[in-house]
Amino acid sequence: MRGGLLGIEGLDRAEIDAILHRARDFQSSSNEAVGSTLHDRLIVNLFFEASTGTRNSFETASRRLGAESVSISAATSSGSTGGVLADTRKAFAAMRPHAVVIRHPASGAPHFLARHLDTPIINAGDGAHEHPTQALVNARTLLDRRPTLEGLRVVIIGDIANSRIARSNVHLLSKFGAEIVLCGPPSLLPAGLAGLAPGVRLTSDLEQAVRDADVIMMLRVPLDWKYETPMSADEYFQFYGLRHEHLQLAKPDALVMHPGPVSGRELSAEVAGLERSIILNQVENAVAVRMAVLEWVLQ
Amino acid sequence: MSSLLIQHGRIIDPASGLDVVGDILIEDGKIARIGGSGGSADETLDATGKIVAPGFIDMHVHLREPGFEQAETIETGSRAAVAGGFTTICCMPNTMPVNDSPTITNFIVERARQLAACHVFPIGAITKGSQGEELAPIGSMKAAGIVAISDDGRPVMNARVTRRAMEFARSFDLPLIQHCEDLNLSAGGDMHEGLHSTRLGLRGIPSASEDVMVARDILLAELTGVRYHVAHLSTRNAVAMVAFAKKRGLAVTAEATPHHFAITDAELVNYDSNYRMKPPLRSECDVTAVIDGIVNGAIDAIATDHAPHPAGQKMQELERCPFGITGLETAIGLSLEALFHTGKISLARLISLFTTGPDGVLKLGRGRLTEGGIADVTVFDLEGHWVYSSAQSLSKSKNSPFDGRKFRGGPFATVVSGRIVWRRT
Repeated sequence: MRGGLLGIEGLDRAEIDAILHRARDFQSSSNEAVGSTLHDRLIVNLFFEASTGTRNSFETASRRLGAESVSISAATSSGSTGGVLADTRKAFAAMRPHAVVIRHPASGAPHFLARHLDTPIINAGDGAHEHPTQALVNARTLLDRRPTLEGLRVVIIGDIANSRIARSNVHLLSKFGAEIVLCGPPSLLPAGLAGLAPGVRLTSDLEQAVRDADVIMMLRVPLDWKYETPMSADEYFQFYGLRHEHLQLAKPDALVMHPGPVSGRELSAEVAGLERSIILNQVENAVAVRMAVLEWVLQ
Repeated sequence: MSSLLIQHGRIIDPASGLDVVGDILIEDGKIARIGGSGGSADETLDATGKIVAPGFIDMHVHLREPGFEQAETIETGSRAAVAGGFTTICCMPNTMPVNDSPTITNFIVERARQLAACHVFPIGAITKGSQGEELAPIGSMKAAGIVAISDDGRPVMNARVTRRAMEFARSFDLPLIQHCEDLNLSAGGDMHEGLHSTRLGLRGIPSASEDVMVARDILLAELTGVRYHVAHLSTRNAVAMVAFAKKRGLAVTAEATPHHFAITDAELVNYDSNYRMKPPLRSECDVTAVIDGIVNGAIDAIATDHAPHPAGQKMQELERCPFGITGLETAIGLSLEALFHTGKISLARLISLFTTGPDGVLKLGRGRLTEGGIADVTVFDLEGHWVYSSAQSLSKSKNSPFDGRKFRGGPFATVVSGRIVWRRT
């Protein structure tokens, strides 16, 4: 049994490969339990932040592997000194789950739990840090359409500063030798990102970013400008919104990925309507990858 | 009549340039004789192979009393201080209520007189409640015993208020100590802004948030003629600006904390809140600049910014944890490690950073060995290996990133007003 999955950064290429390969086995599985590899295991899903997609896919993945899962939604607003996490730690001492899946708005919350619990912790998204299973889902989805990630030119567009999905994707793609371009407004594109992993380039020029891209990953437009000076939605769309003319600059078969649901804020209706390219978050891969992750952590 | 003989130590007094092996004889809390050997006393302290120095001064400590006694009290904080080799400490006014009145100043002075293991000098607030708006009664607090003014932890953002406070500080002959942080630039920040904050997904506190306030204040210090002191200076540009101000002949001084010259932001790897403080741990280049500033004299003093927090407040997400770490007991060990054993500075210079340095800022008349003077003596050793355990700390709080760290050299015995108040066991 492994210590858990706190981030992509700490994995090596072979480990990622193993998970992605195993996920393929699960892609075609039906809703019926495909096995009992995790029979009698108790998995707690601890969600301190709203999420339907990630949580549903973890619940489904647990069920299909024969594990028992309990989902707990907790509020972080109680603000009590001593903290919800400390209470959680005590509750788990009694429940003794085999693994804890945690989503939390604070970067490092899973690491805090991991420091204080022996239970393996699976990070389902922590603040602006990492969302490792989502990066694995994205990689699986790309590998369903491309033979390899190596040499792919991937551009990620949007609020990079506050995106855990961007960070996990950067770590994963970099380990596989992809070329990564991060693009967003300068206030959401801190210079430190260039040192995140090998092969990363930063630009605030969307046209330059999408030129010859194989894959364009769109992030949601920030709606919460906490601590940051806001910019107008019009200005944002004009300079960082993906429109048809940008797609002309990318490779002809470029894929556009979007976490969905698509709003008019980051993509033009025209691009959103293009059947050939747009890939919303794939429910099937979301479940298959999380099955592989649970198995990888617990076996 | 009681007497104490500190024997066979290497006596170093930076103020007089003294560096001899010999004894110090103390009678009735005063130094009776420096150097030579022999004589008898009620009590002896064998300092063979140890360094015997003037009592160390920590000009930046949070004692948390009144108001936050679950974190620290004047009594427990002063005990940690003497265990760290300090004989004099200055406590910051961010208590509850804030030390912004002679009533609170009197309370602290009186409590310290009854309970403290060392000398305690309060620092008064610059503004009422450290709210940055209305000036505190600076003159009345001085009469009650404050030795400086500062809104530490709550920098005075309003430049006009700062200017007026400087004018009053000058007329009352008190230094103004600023915690330099532009709160708009640092808002929401968890750690130093750079590669590591970006990687960890934590919000950054840019070096510029410190730099712009140091720059502003130096210009205001020139305008007002105040004695201006930069607390816990941590950035490359701030060091350069303080050096520039000194070169222009301004009465500008600065302190650095051991954690800001001993470790970098790369240490905050596992979201451990014991690495969370303001200013944050900075980058390698900032640390190098702070050390250079200590070497070339831009920085006058080492101060700990000892900031105790009870364990409960650390058992939560990093971003909710309060800023600050304890530091009294590890200051000498870290300073030896980063500054002396590396060959950056001499022993006399190291001692001056804890004695004549802070005394030059505060004008307490301490920090030197003089016959007839108060017998505050710090005895420390250079080579003995020891391991710091925060669980064993005499502070009420244990929030130190240096738990389990191995040190080479550290405090050996502390003498306050002629009494041995702490010795290594």
